[in-house]
Amino acid sequence: MTRSIYVYLLVAALVSFLIRVLPLTLIRRQITNRFLRSFLYYVPYVTLAVMTFPAIVSAAQYPVAGIAALIVGVVLAWLGAGLFPVAIACCASVFLVEFLIGLI
Amino acid sequence: MPSDTLRQKLLRGARDGLPVGLGYFAVAFSLGITAKAAGLSPVQGFIASFLNHASAGEYALFSLIAAHAAYWEVAVVIFITNMRYLLMSAALSQKISPETPFFHRPLIGFGITDEIFGLGIAYKGWLSPAYLYSAFLVADLFWASGTATGIVAGNILPQNVVSALSVAIYGMFLAIIVPPARQNRVVAALVLISFACSFVFSVLPLVSALSDGMKVIILTVAISAAAALLFPVADAPAEGGEAA
Repeated sequence: MTRSIYVYLLVAALVSFLIRVLPLTLIRRQITNRFLRSFLYYVPYVTLAVMTFPAIVSAAQYPVAGIAALIVGVVLAWLGAGLFPVAIACCASVFLVEFLIGLI
Repeated sequence: MPSDTLRQKLLRGARDGLPVGLGYFAVAFSLGITAKAAGLSPVQGFIASFLNHASAGEYALFSLIAAHAAYWEVAVVIFITNMRYLLMSAALSQKISPETPFFHRPLIGFGITDEIFGLGIAYKGWLSPAYLYSAFLVADLFWASGTATGIVAGNILPQNVVSALSVAIYGMFLAIIVPPARQNRVVAALVLISFACSFVFSVLPLVSALSDGMKVIILTVAISAAAALLFPVADAPAEGGEAA
């Protein structure tokens, strides 16, 4: 059974596109229902938090390095650092911790 | 000066898209190795990544191609792994000004990734399409070229660099969710509860076998719905910055 890679790519792209575009094009007005508005208000924070932990811990080679990145990231973000500084600081913590582990 | 502000928005989008792109490049690089194993050429990898821009979905796609799966199976798996974008798209629909022309909606939708969504949510006030396009284009070009490079070059990045870059995206997420958590106790509690539940879902038997996309959906719907019931937000703010 030979199938075309391009058809695979087309099917995947089409499904991805529809999922991303349908709610944005169908929900054209500000929602007035209080529950729905509150729900959509909380969705971003919950989604991003769920995706961050524990994934950040297992993303690095060593969990300790991931935990260091988490702590550094939370502290810097709490102090008001922007997206780029926080992201770079997290990378640097992982690099540093893994470098230190390598010395042991 | 409208032209000035447009230019500033484009620049700001590119500036915020750059760290996203750097993180993407490392992830896409390893994705490229999977794509190569599935028999994709660098051009096909570039196209796949440019159009899909979803790591879990693409991993699934490439493994299905490698397994010579049926087309409908690809459609179903892509739908499941990317279903969380339905929620993100719905949330972003509330950030778009009534004055924004309709054609921007499908374009903004096309650009949704976890990170671009994060940037859109962090944007103060009504969402600027120009800002988001700029951020998306920078990030997605890194993503697509990262995949193509991974297909061509395999493992040239040293492991410790890949490891360090792989947390960039989570650092960004923290920079987006922590400042609002500092100002709003409900959001702070939700972030901690989300961390805890997500951890439980990653270790609990049965539940941990669910795909990552499915876990994100279940937890997001359950926790956000509970929060909306217990702590409904006040009436609509003057302009769409409610989630900013």
